[in-house]
Amino acid sequence: MKILNESVVLAGYLIAAVLFILALKGLSSPRKARGANRLGATGAAVAIGVYVLGHDIGNGIWIALAVLVGAAVAVPAARRVQMTQMPQLVAAFNGVGGGAAALVAVVEFTHGPDAWAAVVIAFTVFIGGLSLTGSFITFGKLQGIITSRAVVFPGLGLLLGALTLAAVATAVAMVTTGDLLFAAVLLGFGLVIGVFFVLPIGGADVPIVISLLNAFTGLAVAGSGVVLSNVLLLIAGTLVGASGTILTTSMATAMGRSVTGIVFGAFRATRRSGSDAGAESRPVRTVTPEDVAILLEYSSRIVIVPGYGLAVAQAHHAAAELAEILTARGADVVFGIHPVAGRMPGHMNVLLAEANVPYESLVEMDVVNGQFKSTDLVLVIGANDVVNPAAKSSPGSPIYGMPILNVSEAKQVVFLKRSLNPGFAGIENELFYDPKVSIALGDAKATLTQLLTAVKAAV
Amino acid sequence: MDAFAVITITVLAVFLGFEVVSKVSSTLHTPLMSEANAIHGIILLGAIMVAEQATEPLPLLLSVLAVLLATINIVGGFVVTDRMLVMFAAKPGRPARKESAK
Repeated sequence: MKILNESVVLAGYLIAAVLFILALKGLSSPRKARGANRLGATGAAVAIGVYVLGHDIGNGIWIALAVLVGAAVAVPAARRVQMTQMPQLVAAFNGVGGGAAALVAVVEFTHGPDAWAAVVIAFTVFIGGLSLTGSFITFGKLQGIITSRAVVFPGLGLLLGALTLAAVATAVAMVTTGDLLFAAVLLGFGLVIGVFFVLPIGGADVPIVISLLNAFTGLAVAGSGVVLSNVLLLIAGTLVGASGTILTTSMATAMGRSVTGIVFGAFRATRRSGSDAGAESRPVRTVTPEDVAILLEYSSRIVIVPGYGLAVAQAHHAAAELAEILTARGADVVFGIHPVAGRMPGHMNVLLAEANVPYESLVEMDVVNGQFKSTDLVLVIGANDVVNPAAKSSPGSPIYGMPILNVSEAKQVVFLKRSLNPGFAGIENELFYDPKVSIALGDAKATLTQLLTAVKAAV
Repeated sequence: MDAFAVITITVLAVFLGFEVVSKVSSTLHTPLMSEANAIHGIILLGAIMVAEQATEPLPLLLSVLAVLLATINIVGGFVVTDRMLVMFAAKPGRPARKESAK
């Protein structure tokens, strides 16, 4: 259907670009954020709409079929995913976007581009392919299909270097000869390098890689925009590339890491030092949920520190109910949120919002750290690394330098933990052996449910 | 597009990207990342552009595959972001417990 003329199509692209910018900007306020996301979706719909109405679309049936199948896959996945597993779903969506950008560039290469366009195509094919497999490896690590630890083997750095050199050589051959075979080989190098790029990244750094690969996909999309002479793709891709880079940096800063440290850390890393010498056999003070209920009765200032374990056990609703009951009895209860609690920055806020915890009860780390000295009881539920003093005291530890919640400043600390095993980052926690710390072992949800019963009984 | 126009647009978009997200609190980092992920799903437009002009079987196959992947990215991206943000939106009928927060 060629209903719209070219200038209307271009005006539509401009509207879409403005809506994308407003969408990103609107996400700085929790209350307006949902409307902002709708603006973004509207922008995308406008852009696709003006293109379809402005051209005689060939292969319409194939395209419509692909869109229908894609939507049929994506909507149920996005609707049904548990909020705890949302980070890996975003990683998967990011990966297919990178793959799409790489394929678009490969197809455009068959049209015999000039040298300048061919260079951009080579870049897009490589980055798109890297983002595809990198994102799927990230997905595998977060989903537990692949070990979340850093996978490093001797010569990995050398292998990556050699692969990158080979990729550059292939790109040069592709641009000079214009042979499609070289484009396919370059895509292959991108895919392989994506795997080896993410494998050495482990533990708590994995979620940050999603953000980095998100920026990569943005760059690949921007590259496609240049190749297709489409301003909207160029603007949207560059926006995502730039904002993704900033976001990656601020996530890394929240963990006390640098982006290069995350990406290349494992290559330099030697053995993980830590306090693992005989640590397992030292005594810890364990308590029952009923004991914890009594402690709570005598506490007027309580801070709950939730971690990923809380979410995995689907216990965030129980934690919210506990906070509500204690607040109703006159206690001052807040949730102390570490910036990287959960699986990625801000994840815990999403999970607690899902459990109807008022936004005002979620206190950020810098604020809550000033309040622990006047706190009677800290309830750490399914968190470990974010309160682990090794981040301050042991320079060899993988989390060294990460800001933590100083829960040991409170009068009493109770951990609700499934086991004494180390957390996601795999580091022993010295805090467990502190005399004012006690531990209620068991599944977070079961323990919290017993705790709730005990608290309710003690009216 | 000539190279100079590309460079101008790119540089301006980079500044804009930095500016727009640099003040977002860590509370919203996860939805923001998800939103950016949805926005680059606009590669769907690029995929449709190459697919509708494809005449030979191989380019058609590759570009239709690109349309499929891009649709998953853009539709899934906006839907999952919406699910996250519903929870941040104001909940009527549930008074905020202001007195419990500092």
